[in-house]
Amino acid sequence: MKPRLLSVAAVLFVGAFAFPVYWTIASSFAPEARLFDVPPLLPTDGTLDHYRALLDPRQFWLPMRNSLIVSAATTALAICLGTPAAYALTRLTFRGRVPLLAGILAVSMLPQISLVPPLYLALRATHLINTYAGLVLPYLSFALPLSIWLLVGYFRQLPPEVEDAALVDGASRVQTLRYIVLPLAWPGIATAAIVTFLYCWNEFIFALSFTLGPERQTAPVAIALLRGRYQVPWGEILAAAVVITIPVVAVVVAFERRIVEGLTAGAMKG
Amino acid sequence: MIPGASTTIDTENRRLARRLLWPALGVIAAIVGFPLAWMLWESLHLDELRMPWLGRPFVGLANYRDAVADARFRAAIAHTLLFGGVSVTLELLIGFVLALVMHHAARGRTALRVIVLLPWAIPTAASALVWRFLFDSQAGLVNEILIAAHLLAVPKVWLVDPMLAWVPIIAADVWKTTPFVALLLLAGLQNIDQSLYDAARVDGASPWRELFEITLPLLRPAIVVALAFRALDAFRVFDLIYVLTGGGPGTATESISLYTFSALLQKLRFGYASALSVVVFAGTFMLGLIYIRLAARHLLTPER
Repeated sequence: MKPRLLSVAAVLFVGAFAFPVYWTIASSFAPEARLFDVPPLLPTDGTLDHYRALLDPRQFWLPMRNSLIVSAATTALAICLGTPAAYALTRLTFRGRVPLLAGILAVSMLPQISLVPPLYLALRATHLINTYAGLVLPYLSFALPLSIWLLVGYFRQLPPEVEDAALVDGASRVQTLRYIVLPLAWPGIATAAIVTFLYCWNEFIFALSFTLGPERQTAPVAIALLRGRYQVPWGEILAAAVVITIPVVAVVVAFERRIVEGLTAGAMKG
Repeated sequence: MIPGASTTIDTENRRLARRLLWPALGVIAAIVGFPLAWMLWESLHLDELRMPWLGRPFVGLANYRDAVADARFRAAIAHTLLFGGVSVTLELLIGFVLALVMHHAARGRTALRVIVLLPWAIPTAASALVWRFLFDSQAGLVNEILIAAHLLAVPKVWLVDPMLAWVPIIAADVWKTTPFVALLLLAGLQNIDQSLYDAARVDGASPWRELFEITLPLLRPAIVVALAFRALDAFRVFDLIYVLTGGGPGTATESISLYTFSALLQKLRFGYASALSVVVFAGTFMLGLIYIRLAARHLLTPER
């Protein structure tokens, strides 16, 4: 491609993908009466009204806190359970390894809606509806296969020679795992944790089905249920969209290279 | 591995593998395996939580027969296929161009990657609302732009027209997931041996021939992966439509997942909703099998 055409295309793409984000941010600071003007935000009359409304009557920090707790807990559990499993699936040869890998891949592709009916009844029977545990457990159904899959993709790229050397020197597999593999693999583990966290942060259908009120709702559900008395409270909705995205932006900016590697390696590289 | 010690190592490996695997597999069995089995069983029963006096009789395949005869369910399948077909096609086309741009960009690659990752990382519930705002009926930005460009005389009421309501849905989906497709294709592009292009250029091949004889054929695995991933996601679509149109106007944009959800938590028809879930599950499973066969086989084969 010609350099000029390339730059034009790059600018167009950046514009197209960034524009809705820019428009959302600008509108979230605009006064209610100007929300639908073009442009919504003049430098002179920016306001924090929508953010204040989110904080006080809406108590939007509650669902943000819930999202953080549930996503962090799910990610921690998924990584702790997934790392040894992924190691076994990559480095140990045993019968049933390939079907197991395929099964885990299949589980990660499950439509979430299929799990809603049985999990709803199970959570109701165990009184876990509208609790943190009642979200973390269902979240593990996608977070655990996802993190195992990402970790398998990473472990496969690690050279096995170091481990073989440790084994020949008489270290046990468990010692090798603890003292050689884990310190070497932490970038991959971090990547898996980041991607898993983002998936949990985005989750919608379980949180919608298994919570009853704002005290346990996650942020995506809370933003979808923001209602006004007479009309759609667009200002607050857009402000909430900004707030819910800030942690995501922080993660993406800090770890973009890792995330891209994790996403693509998990999908295709051997 | 030390040759000759293979049998003892095998038993040791098996024991260790069991120890490392059972916590994860136990959790997966408990929160995925057991519920799925239960759902299959439940789908053979009449179970209406609104009408507990009916009990929970075994009805065989009656729920599935109802599903086949259910016009709203058939419409939901058609909607899902329409949504998947249109949005995945657009995403692959635009994603391919974007991947080419990212691949050849000399400067600003990191900035490009961050900006392109943002739509993917923003929670769908939030971006669905943003797109609803942009397509808002009276004074939304899209209407204003189209009117200013003299493409429209009066504002269109996007969200109350059964066909037009798809436009914001598909626009939002393309905006959100094209970056993901582009990143997968970019990884594929980076794996293509540069010397092939040098050789083609020496032979005087045109850029179009390079595209059709080198880039596209060698990119096929990446394209298949992207296609399968997106088809699976599109087949399961829920939050985007739930938040953007609620399946409306009426049920004009209702997807399979949305209909199942409403049978479940609004009508509390657990037996019937389970049968619908089984159908969604079976559809996804078939797509997944195709994906595994076509693209992920090498991930499953032993490595040494």
